[in-house]
Amino acid sequence: MLRFLKRFGILPVFVAALFLAPLSASRAAAPAPSPVTPALVAAATKEGSVTFYTSIDLQVAEALAKAFQDKYSGITVQVERSGAERIYQRITQEYDSKIHNVDVVDSSDAANLVDYKKNGWLAAYVPADVGKWPARQRDPDGFFASDRATLSVIGYNTKLIQPGDAPKSYADLLDPKWKDKIVKAHPSYSGNIMTATYELSKAPGLGWPYLQKLGQQQIMQVQSSTEPPKKLALGERPVMFDGNEYNALMLIDTQAPIAIVYPTEGTPLVSGAAGVMKDGPHPNAARLFINYLFSVEGQQLLVTTGELRSFNPGITEPAGRVPLSKIKVFTADPADQEKAVDDIKQKYSEYFGT
Amino acid sequence: MSVTAPSARARHFDLSVPVLGALGLLLCALVLLPLGWLAYYAFTDKAGDFTAGNFVTIFSNPAFLEPFLRTSAISVAVALASVAVAAPLAWLVARTDMPFRRWIRVLVTASFVTPPFLGAIAWEILAAPNAGLLNQLYQHLFGRGTYDNLFNIYTETGLVFVMACYAFPYVFVLLANAIERIPGDLEDASSILGGGRWVTLRRVVLPMTLPSLLAGALIAFLQAMTQFGAPAVLALPAGFHVITTKIWSLFQSPPQPQLAAAAALPLLLVTVLLLQAQRWLLGRRGYTVIGGKSGMARPIALGSWRWAAFAFALAVMALTMLLPYAALIKASFLRTASDPLTFEKFTLYNYQWIYSFPESRRAFFNTFSIGLMSATCGAALALVVASLAARRGFAGARVLAALATSPVAIPGIVLGVGLFLSYTRPPLVLYGTPWILLLAFVTIELPAAYQQLEAALLSLHPELEEASRIFGANRLKVLVQITAPLIATSVVATWCFIFIGAIRELSATIMLTTANTKLVSILIYDLNESGDLGLISVLGLVLLVVTFAVVGLANRVPGLRQGGGVRPVRY
Repeated sequence: MLRFLKRFGILPVFVAALFLAPLSASRAAAPAPSPVTPALVAAATKEGSVTFYTSIDLQVAEALAKAFQDKYSGITVQVERSGAERIYQRITQEYDSKIHNVDVVDSSDAANLVDYKKNGWLAAYVPADVGKWPARQRDPDGFFASDRATLSVIGYNTKLIQPGDAPKSYADLLDPKWKDKIVKAHPSYSGNIMTATYELSKAPGLGWPYLQKLGQQQIMQVQSSTEPPKKLALGERPVMFDGNEYNALMLIDTQAPIAIVYPTEGTPLVSGAAGVMKDGPHPNAARLFINYLFSVEGQQLLVTTGELRSFNPGITEPAGRVPLSKIKVFTADPADQEKAVDDIKQKYSEYFGT
Repeated sequence: MSVTAPSARARHFDLSVPVLGALGLLLCALVLLPLGWLAYYAFTDKAGDFTAGNFVTIFSNPAFLEPFLRTSAISVAVALASVAVAAPLAWLVARTDMPFRRWIRVLVTASFVTPPFLGAIAWEILAAPNAGLLNQLYQHLFGRGTYDNLFNIYTETGLVFVMACYAFPYVFVLLANAIERIPGDLEDASSILGGGRWVTLRRVVLPMTLPSLLAGALIAFLQAMTQFGAPAVLALPAGFHVITTKIWSLFQSPPQPQLAAAAALPLLLVTVLLLQAQRWLLGRRGYTVIGGKSGMARPIALGSWRWAAFAFALAVMALTMLLPYAALIKASFLRTASDPLTFEKFTLYNYQWIYSFPESRRAFFNTFSIGLMSATCGAALALVVASLAARRGFAGARVLAALATSPVAIPGIVLGVGLFLSYTRPPLVLYGTPWILLLAFVTIELPAAYQQLEAALLSLHPELEEASRIFGANRLKVLVQITAPLIATSVVATWCFIFIGAIRELSATIMLTTANTKLVSILIYDLNESGDLGLISVLGLVLLVVTFAVVGLANRVPGLRQGGGVRPVRY
């Protein structure tokens, strides 16, 4: 409880000092990528289950769990899905109560992983495929890496809005005609929105003055970044300010009347990250699962079924999707973002009311 | 407590005293421990030093004052609306020849079973400003434009409406029971003395039921004030906070439990004052109506008003039950809830998904096993405390009664945190186990359970128990052999109340569940935050069906048929 309560007091500085010193010394000693060995499979099967805390859309996470279970019969995956910030809160609470329930953690707010690493809760473990990852998308000390990415996009309902009338940019959304017409997710719940809000707050020409004006547009406030596309599909609001590209693409796959807009100013790119907990109850199953998560097979499932973006060079992009290289994106450094989190939550609740 | 037994009576040592004493201690632990932590946090700063600064913040910062004022206004509105609907309905069902009145009673009980957060989600499907089915229907029928809406559920009025839908059954149940208990001879006496139907209603029925009416209004008010589920579903999209959602937001990181505790204490104070006022009002009159002798009442013939009365009852049922359930059933068969239900769009996807989803089975198992345990433990505890308090046979009875009713003032989320703080440290580390949920549910439901049983006991004349005592039975024996059977219907009703309450509970649960102790309510809440209306509908419908089955079974316990147990003996 102490750390949970004081996480934003003096303690992090102390903890960071404690851990960063040895970490920076061991920088060169990040473990080599570990392949799946028969011994690992045998040990994992003996453990019989693995607990996966994640903020990936529940139906995508369940599909991943099922594919893993089909491949490694005898190991069940227990999926605990909530918003990234909610998962963060839960893990902090559990660890402060000495409850070590979680084996593998995934978060759409990579800053959460930075914090777990600082607390010494993560194991240094590099799955085989992460060796092929771009350097910016993996922790130099081998504690976590980006297991997925998506964009926080603008979207609209094609039954309610003609393409010609659709907003093209963030600036367009301040037009009074969109008052009471916009749905938006919450950064205190969603890691995607936290990251996207951080990137927008840093974006030239936008920043907090822009977000403050957006707060006057009587937006409909939902929680998860998976929800705005669903509200568009319902026709509850014609426009979404933010929300996951992958959920929008999945809904478009089911013929929902949704179109995606990559705003002219730039689109927030959100890299989620995953790592193995050091004190999880199923260490071998955890290592086997995270290896699967980063493998071509696991990543291809996230890309094909879940419409996510992947950093595995081995995956095949679905046809008809705008390639990442064609989209102007905003990016964030998780370590810098981690320092801004409280400020973002406070400003957001001031400007948007909840 | 100390008992000085004269030596002559030592042979007949009253075993009930230590048993009851132990239960008293248990009650202290249940209520005082989390409250103690709450008070500690309210008056300390982050460093653990004493401060009143939390209260200064609460009462000076508009971010707290606004939710406080809004919550008060909303709660008063919910109480008034609940009474306005429940009072006539209870009278119609209990005292008149309105058609299908038994069915109406069953349906009201059913709308009580509906968790408010589920009702709120159903009303989202019905009355969201643009995608809501009722708004779509309105636009279609009257040729209105896309954004021309009749209803907007994401408003304060919408919130009051939904909360009243699921608070009015409390008032109804209390009133209907009270009206039924009025002995027919009192009304006969009124008629004989020349009082017409309305005079009898005003001069006999109303005063006799006023305590229940007030108690009901009070419960509706408190329900609205301390509820988290419906506001979390409806207020946040609208961009405003009530006090419970505000307190909940204080536990998100960075957590501020000190402020949350300070924000909760005024709620506690308000409730204690209200309960005291109610006790004072009731204490001035005698309401003993069930004695050894009294007569049955005859239903009042409504004549040509029968069907008007039925139309009124049906309208209430449509808003609280029929429309929301229809909306959930419709949404459960669609990928997108606002689509028309056509052959083309019809799908069993949601059912298949929930069926193959391992979490849902685990959640159902947890929910029902913890619900059954809570109901059994809670009803037993409430019965003991109520019998002690009602008969004043015990020195600390008033204290116990106050303890038993005090949790009503603790918002579930704050009790959740109190329990969290109490049971995440030695000697009892219960966080992460089902036991902490059991504690939470028993504590949360205790006030309502206690009040129900106390009301039943107050209307039971002590002469029956005194007779038993005179013949040598000790207190415990009297409770088991005389009191409990006489108020058996109330005990079963209380059991059902607690069971349903545990199923509906969300706000304490949200702080206390871990991945291993997930409940259906949390699953539904999680899915609501990601907007999966179809999956929620399936979960909600299954939850309702199983709950109805359990409650139905409980009411079929031999000899305890609805109303059968407390019918006064015909003279």
